[in-house]
Amino acid sequence: MKIKNIIITFVSALAILFSTSVVSFAKVVGDKIILGSAISLTGKYSSNGVHTQNGYNMAVDRINSMGGVKVGGKTYKFEIIYYDDESNPKRAAQLAERLISQDGVEFMLGPYSSGLTKAIAPVTEKYGVPMVEANGASRSLFTKGYKYLFAVLAPANLYLDVAIRTAVELNGGKGVRIAQAFEQDAFSQDVRLGILDAAKETGSKIIIDDKLPKELNDMAATLAKVKATKPDVLVVSGHTKGALTAIRQIAEMKVDVPMLAMTHCDAAKLSKQHGANSQYALCASQWHKTLTYKDDFFTDGMTYDADFTKEFGYAPPYQAAESSAALLVFKDAFERAGSFDQKKVRDALAATNMQTFYGNIKFAEGGQNVDKPMVLFQVMCDDAGKCENKVVAPLKWASAELIHPIPKWSDR
Amino acid sequence: MDFLIFQVPMLTVQATLDGVLLGILFALIAYGMALQWGVMNIINIAQGDLVILGGYIAYFMYLYGIHPAWGVVVSPIIMYFVGVIIYKLVINKVVDRDLFISILATFGISILFMQLMNFAFGADVVLANSGYGTTMLFDNSVTLPNSKIFSAFISIVFAIGLVIYMKKSKLGRAIRATAQNARAAKILGVDTEKVYAATFGINAALCGVAGALISITFTIHPYMGLPYTIRSFMIVIVAGLGNLPGVAMSGMGLGMFEEFADYILGTEFRIGSVFLLLVLILVYRRFKLSKKREYLK
Repeated sequence: MKIKNIIITFVSALAILFSTSVVSFAKVVGDKIILGSAISLTGKYSSNGVHTQNGYNMAVDRINSMGGVKVGGKTYKFEIIYYDDESNPKRAAQLAERLISQDGVEFMLGPYSSGLTKAIAPVTEKYGVPMVEANGASRSLFTKGYKYLFAVLAPANLYLDVAIRTAVELNGGKGVRIAQAFEQDAFSQDVRLGILDAAKETGSKIIIDDKLPKELNDMAATLAKVKATKPDVLVVSGHTKGALTAIRQIAEMKVDVPMLAMTHCDAAKLSKQHGANSQYALCASQWHKTLTYKDDFFTDGMTYDADFTKEFGYAPPYQAAESSAALLVFKDAFERAGSFDQKKVRDALAATNMQTFYGNIKFAEGGQNVDKPMVLFQVMCDDAGKCENKVVAPLKWASAELIHPIPKWSDR
Repeated sequence: MDFLIFQVPMLTVQATLDGVLLGILFALIAYGMALQWGVMNIINIAQGDLVILGGYIAYFMYLYGIHPAWGVVVSPIIMYFVGVIIYKLVINKVVDRDLFISILATFGISILFMQLMNFAFGADVVLANSGYGTTMLFDNSVTLPNSKIFSAFISIVFAIGLVIYMKKSKLGRAIRATAQNARAAKILGVDTEKVYAATFGINAALCGVAGALISITFTIHPYMGLPYTIRSFMIVIVAGLGNLPGVAMSGMGLGMFEEFADYILGTEFRIGSVFLLLVLILVYRRFKLSKKREYLK
């Protein structure tokens, strides 16, 4: 009996010792800065999760090969610990917890999508771990008063704001009639709020305001309403499914509308899947390769596009570009902080004011990037049916002139 | 805005036709479910996932340059065997158990299928273009995509074909006999094991046809199966088992109801209103049954 007790005590002592030694794992080991990220490598976000990971990896390799991060006279290299969150918010939160309390990670990179970022943010906030995220645009992320969350992208409510303002401008400054259909998820509803604000400010009227159920595969009813009411602008946001369904049914039902604005066109590979039917669609994008922003690591958008394509075999969607930018932000903040103290790094992040190939980055109080406008591109096809996305707004970066109004189906 | 449909009368025509075409397609999936539910007493949660798998078959044909409409021929053949394999591996072990176990088993199959499809085909939303164009009625105020008309037509062809097959063929008779009384059928020499496998295969084949049609009318995605399961479940509940005309009617009825709910109540209430209708129908049924109840004295 005595021996048994001794063994139990011994084993539990060992267990305690072991668990504490795991906790004391450091975030900076030797010359490595270890960042952590839960990312969707499987599950429904896996394609965009992989874009995000590729973007992170590309930037890590680039920064490391170009001299690394210089902090306090010493050079460090980035390394990232990834865990697969299976596109599941609960899992993502658990993994964030694990990265911080078991792996000892002290700086985090964001996951893919607003939903997962929302799940992780309370965890990083609780531990005071600075997180730079590149794929959560939902406005609600930036109204919670998070101090350690920084997003390199513009918030969701700005996605299609430009489209409404452009339509009003083309209408001689008078308000326009808007028809809108948004999926009922956090992101799309944020885009909707942005449209409501823009409509109010420009004196525009919303004549159709449909909320699409998530499981809905069919927009025929919404489009029939659009046909009957003839609005000036049709706005659609429902992730890739919404974009694909809208284009298919607009073409099939021959819906004529002067302006069609949507989100997720490039994620949906709209022009590849629908060809000339997707022509004239206006798409909100965080980034486009033809923008003229510059930095020392990726030079500019065109070079990034070429390098990324060479490395991963496909052209980078904006999800990859913004993910790469997140690491540039971290590097810059570490160097300005000159320390690995989480508070100092956090303050340095908050004071970020820089340009990257992806755009200018400057964080507002809530953590969103306020220095980078959204761009709108329009799908334009040549006579052979080859389609390309060309930036049409804001005018500063336009590489083509906006085609407005969209020609009627009977004339195409 | 809610009452646009009353201001523009043509929308009524549009809603009716859209609803009917949509309903016919759903009815085909529901018919498969009713069949195997009736014969084997199994509620197949993986129904929608079989539909999506069928859709991917048509999509891959499309990717390789074959017109996706051929999917309605190829997909059911492949899916029949998929169905038989699922039966041999899983379903035959739960076929005589209570309903709850079969629900659990098919729920498991559903999750497995979703993940496997996600793994094999990726998480992108895809579709196949049929290039069928559009039929315009009433001076372009009512438009019907030909792909939807094609889908409804093919669904009707398969449904009628199946009814004839069930009536005339030996296997069809065996299936009906098993549905009526499995034990008696067994005693009279029907190989019920084979009948079950064939039934599940036929159900999967019907899902394959529907999937191919969905890939050319809507979109497919590995995780999009559940709505089809729920919809066909509802159609079967409303129609009752073993009632093909009932399934067709309830399919079209629900389709139309859904479209009108969209115009009158708004898109956000579209699916909710269908569920509400389901509840009302079930309550009404119960009410009617309780009136009919007879007591043994």
